[in-house]
Amino acid sequence: MDLFEYQARDLFESHGVPVLGGAVAYTPEEAEAAAESMGGRVVVKAQVKVGGRGKAGGVKLAESASDAKEKATAILGMDIKGHIVNKVMIAQAAPIEAEYYLAILLDRANRNFLVMASVAGGMEIEEVAHKTPEKLARIGIDPNIGISKEKAREIVLAGQFPADVVDQVVDVLLKLWAAFVAEDATLMEINPLVKTSDGKVVALDGKVTLDDSADFRHLDHEALIDHASANPLEAAAKAKNLNYVKLDGQVGIIGNGAGLVMSTLDVVAYAGEKFNVKPANFLDIGGGASAQVMADGLGIILGDPDVRSVFVNVFGGITACDAVANGIVQALEMLGDKATKPIVVRLDGNNVLEGRRILNEAAHPLIQQVDTMDGAAARAAELAAK
Amino acid sequence: MAIFVNENTKVLVQGMTGSEGTKHTARMIKSGTKIVGGVTPGKGGQSVEIEGVTLPVFNNVTEAVAATGANASVVFVPPKFAKAAVIDAIDAKLPLVVVITEGIPVHDSAAFYAYAVAKGTTRLIGPNCPGLISPGKSNLGIIPADITGPGRIGLVSKSGTLTYQMMYELRDFGISTAVGIGGDPIIGTTHIDCLRAFQDDPDTDAIVMIGEIGGDAEERAAAFIAEYVTKPVVGYVAGFTAPEGKTMGHAGAIVSGSSGTAAAKQSALEAVGVSVGKTPSEAAQLMRTILNNKKG
Repeated sequence: MDLFEYQARDLFESHGVPVLGGAVAYTPEEAEAAAESMGGRVVVKAQVKVGGRGKAGGVKLAESASDAKEKATAILGMDIKGHIVNKVMIAQAAPIEAEYYLAILLDRANRNFLVMASVAGGMEIEEVAHKTPEKLARIGIDPNIGISKEKAREIVLAGQFPADVVDQVVDVLLKLWAAFVAEDATLMEINPLVKTSDGKVVALDGKVTLDDSADFRHLDHEALIDHASANPLEAAAKAKNLNYVKLDGQVGIIGNGAGLVMSTLDVVAYAGEKFNVKPANFLDIGGGASAQVMADGLGIILGDPDVRSVFVNVFGGITACDAVANGIVQALEMLGDKATKPIVVRLDGNNVLEGRRILNEAAHPLIQQVDTMDGAAARAAELAAK
Repeated sequence: MAIFVNENTKVLVQGMTGSEGTKHTARMIKSGTKIVGGVTPGKGGQSVEIEGVTLPVFNNVTEAVAATGANASVVFVPPKFAKAAVIDAIDAKLPLVVVITEGIPVHDSAAFYAYAVAKGTTRLIGPNCPGLISPGKSNLGIIPADITGPGRIGLVSKSGTLTYQMMYELRDFGISTAVGIGGDPIIGTTHIDCLRAFQDDPDTDAIVMIGEIGGDAEERAAAFIAEYVTKPVVGYVAGFTAPEGKTMGHAGAIVSGSSGTAAAKQSALEAVGVSVGKTPSEAAQLMRTILNNKKG
């Protein structure tokens, strides 16, 4: 899960990483009140999980509380790269002397963690890496050793931070590492980390990604979920523990196993080129594929007004195809009149003949069976074109 | 021959007494795997009967190895306890540990992977993987044993069901070993490890490599193929239509910005002479053509 900037700020603060005052506001009035409490001069920042909001006009300096209200009025409701702004962060304004960069992230290639630190901050780190690679320290961290004070100093010196801030940056890095571990993060980035005119080092903007797999030991992370801007179908699927991602096509997809479902989307996209249709969603019903799970999945997909046909693609591995076939038949009984779109089913693998026989016997008017994945994708795409 | 396992591999099941563990222990025994016992902390001294075989249960892997001579384990332990289970197996110096469990926090995987590397005596496969099978010899994990029989194609894949699909597509040729390496951001055995092992395996003639979006493992595998692999390799990559920033089922399957796309992986593979199929069936067809030409 990616956090909003204000959530990252609060998380940093709770772990002792120095930040400036900040508050979230959902209305211009709340923005005004927050600015008032911070002394009037603030920065109003759109809270969206996408880069480039500054260029899009989503970050404005306000000279007074009433100005903050005005700026918030302009920013709230903006569309930044498809993300509608429904809240702003009111951040204390501070005179900045220098901008740095500091981040800890999961390094998939090296299978450990990576600290990136640079005296050059405020821009995209890819740009720093490209233009002034000598100013960017990239140092791997053994998860079982972590970051000692000595290691932190070595990293900060390698990032070419000036002598007068080294101690403070070392301290920030140690606290950031403690937060990274304590919260099961896969990314904690401070950009920029700034030196204010009174010589203090603080985190001005932050990006945090938390590992969803670790939610079982962070019950407080649930409060960070952004329900407001979640797609309603995705939210409904999540409530039923389904692994669903909404896409913008017309062919609903259900399959078992993440890889097979990704592959199904691709195959439908190729087949759909001819008919000008695309996959409408990703939905992995996993190994079980009971009637209830199938009914839940079909229910979500048939509730998507964009969907014109459905492709159920199952390879029976551990799950036998007869169980899947029974699941489909029962699911359609449960859904009754709500099931209105044609459903193309491709079954293969474990007990496939029995599975196909069950579907043939059920002779449900909505179900069509095609025996190969490519053939079934073509059929589903054709049906969606009508 | 096969890679990583053979008919003499003696296997422990960590978490054997849980429902998934029991179910899959039965399946592994039925497909000819030599299961020698189970490990469940707190249940040591008990024994359970599965598929007519009486299996002792131990409190830890070290005791289990001393009593049974096991040289591999399969881990079905739930995410909360998986890290401790894997560390236990590494401490016992088990040469092969296959972690089936899905949903292990990546900080835990990072810790046990680093621990395994530091100790230097254990190969980890997974986590979040279906395991590996050498048909007719040994089956460690949850891959259905009856999809295809033994053959001379090596298969490596991040995804379970795509592994099954590809084994099925190539059932007329059979498989030397199929390895599901798992869809998590950190995995113990990579495409490269499997490619190296297949290249060195005299019983593997050709290799199918299945990748998916996220990370750059396929790009690095392509570079490795160029320098090391002389056997024919056919590729397939899933996730061309995946939107940026969305996790597609597997924790590691995510396109971040412009990195981790299927298109980049496909072109990296094609650049080193790997034939890449647009669909699993097409990839299987490419492999079939290569093998038939070889025969002819």
